[in-house]
Amino acid sequence: MSADIRTGLLLAWLVVAIVIAWAIVPWLFTGQDPISGVPAEKLQGPSLAHLFGTDAIGRDLFTRVVHGAVHSLSGAFVAVTVGLVAGTLLGVLAGSLGGVVDAAIMRLVDVLLAIPGLLLALSIIILLGFGTVNAAIAVGVGSIAAFARVSRSEVVRVRQSDYVEAAFGSGARLHSVLARHVLPNSLTAVVGLAALQFGTAILAISTLGFLGYGAPPPMPEWGLLIAEGRNYVATSWWLTVLPGLVVVVVVLSANRISQSLGRSR
Amino acid sequence: MAYLAHRTAQALIVLAIAFTATFVLLQALPGDAILIKFESPELGLSPEQIADIRASYGADVPPLQQFLHTVAGFVQGDFGYSVQYGTPVHELIGSALPDTLALAGLGFVTAVLLAVALAFLSTLAPFGWLRQALRSLPGLLVSVPVFWLGIVLIQVFSFQLRLVPVIGADPVQALILPVLTLAIPISAPLAQILARSIDEVQLAPFVAVVRAKGAGPARVLWRDVARNALLPAVTIAGVLVGELIGGAVVTETVFGRAGIGRLTEQAVANQDVPVLQAIVILAALVFVVVNLAVDLVYPVLDPRLKRKAVAA
Repeated sequence: MSADIRTGLLLAWLVVAIVIAWAIVPWLFTGQDPISGVPAEKLQGPSLAHLFGTDAIGRDLFTRVVHGAVHSLSGAFVAVTVGLVAGTLLGVLAGSLGGVVDAAIMRLVDVLLAIPGLLLALSIIILLGFGTVNAAIAVGVGSIAAFARVSRSEVVRVRQSDYVEAAFGSGARLHSVLARHVLPNSLTAVVGLAALQFGTAILAISTLGFLGYGAPPPMPEWGLLIAEGRNYVATSWWLTVLPGLVVVVVVLSANRISQSLGRSR
Repeated sequence: MAYLAHRTAQALIVLAIAFTATFVLLQALPGDAILIKFESPELGLSPEQIADIRASYGADVPPLQQFLHTVAGFVQGDFGYSVQYGTPVHELIGSALPDTLALAGLGFVTAVLLAVALAFLSTLAPFGWLRQALRSLPGLLVSVPVFWLGIVLIQVFSFQLRLVPVIGADPVQALILPVLTLAIPISAPLAQILARSIDEVQLAPFVAVVRAKGAGPARVLWRDVARNALLPAVTIAGVLVGELIGGAVVTETVFGRAGIGRLTEQAVANQDVPVLQAIVILAALVFVVVNLAVDLVYPVLDPRLKRKAVAA
C-alpha cells in the first residue's frame, strides 16, 4: 500500500517535471510549428506522426499542447503569487495587529469568500480587460481569501506560543518578533496551500481561456484549444478529449503533490 | 436571539462591503461603458447627445450621488439598465432566472444523490480494491475542468451512444447532460466530506455499543451512522451554492442554454457593468443567506450544540 502511494507521488512529480520542461524547452519535445499548420494534413486522427492528431488547419495538436504549457503554468504561477503575497500580507497583518485591523481585514475576506470564485474572476476581468496576465491576476485575487485565512490562523497560533512570549519578554519589538519567529513558523501551512492552489489555478485559467477571456487565438492556451476543438466534437474527438486529459493529469498531479506536502508537516 | 441578531448584522455588513467594493471597482473602469458604446464615430452622435444619454443612465452626477442612487435602487430591486441592451437589469435577470433555477436545482439534487451514493459505496463495497478506487474517485473528479466534462458528455452520450439527441431534444432531454455536467464536479467535495465523516462516526463509541447490542450492519449504517455523518456536509452548503452559480456560467455556455450563467458570460464579453454588478451582488446575497440559514438550522439538527451553547 505504501509502495503504491510512493509510486503515485513519484508519477505526480514526473508529470509536473515533464510539463515544466514543456514550458521551458518545448522544442526538445516536438519539431513542429504550433502556430502555422499544413492544410493538407487537417483533421487527422492520432498517429505516430501526429501523437494527438491535427486540427482544422493542419496544426499538430501535440505541438500546440506542448507550447501551451508555458501559458497555463506561468498563468498559474502568477495567480498563486498574487494570492500568496496579498493573502499572506493581509493574514499576517490581521493576526499580528488584532483588534480593529483584524476585524476590518477579516470582513473583507468574508466578502471575497461570499462571491463565487468564477464571478469574482469575471469581475476582475471586466475591470482589467482580457488577456493571459489579467486572467491570471483575476484567478489570483480569488485565492487571496484562502491564503489570508490560513496565514492569520497560523500567526495567531504561533503568537500564543511560549517562545514568542519569551521574545517579547526579553525586549524584542513587534516587527522583529514577526520577522524572526512568527513568519518563519507560519509559512509551512501557507506553502502547502500554495501547492494546492496551483492545481486549482490551472483549472480556473483554462476555464477563463475556454470562455475566451484569457490568451487570444492563435495562442495554444489549453482552455482555448478545447474551445476551438468544440466545433468538431462530432467528427474529431481528439481535438477536445486529448488536451482536456492533459489538464486533468496535470491538475491531479499537482493536487497529489500538495497532499504529500500537507501530510509531511 | 442575540446570536441571531449578531449573525444577521454580520451578514448585512458583508453584503454592504461587497456592494461598495463592486461599485467602486466597476465604476472606476477606464472610460465608462456608456462612452465605449456610444462614442464610436460610426454612430455619429454629437457630444450633446452623448451627454443626454449619460444623463439618462445617471452617469453625469458625482460618484457619491451615483452611489446613493444605486443603493436606493438595489434595496428596491431596481438594478439599473443594461448598457448593452438598454433594458432594465431586473427584467434581464428575471427572464433568465427560471432556466437557471431549474438547472441549478436539479444539479444540486443530483449532486447530493451522487455524493451520498459514492460515500456509502466507498465504505460498503465488497472488495478492498473497489473501495480504494471509489475513495480516489472524488479526487479525480475535482481535477476535471467543468467545460471539458460537458463536451465529453456530449461526445459520449450524444454522438457515440446516441442516447440524447443534439437537435430537437425535448426540454427534459435537453436538461440531462447539463445537469450531469453541473452535478458531477460539485458532488466530489461533498462525497469526500461524507466519506470522511462516515469513517469518524463508525469509530465512535456509541456505534460500538449499538453493534455490541446485536444490531446488524445495515441498521447501524442507516439509523446510527448515516444520521450523524450527514451533519458536517450541511456546513459546506453555502460553498456548494456558490459553485453552482460558477458552474452554471460554464455549463450554460457549453450547452448554449439561456440563463443567468449565459447572461454573465455575455455581460463580461460586452463590458456590461450593471448586469455583472447585479449578478455578483445577488450571488453574494444567496451565499450569505444560505450560510445564515445553515448556522441557524445546525443547532436544531444537532441538539448537542444547543446544549453546549446553553452551558457556555
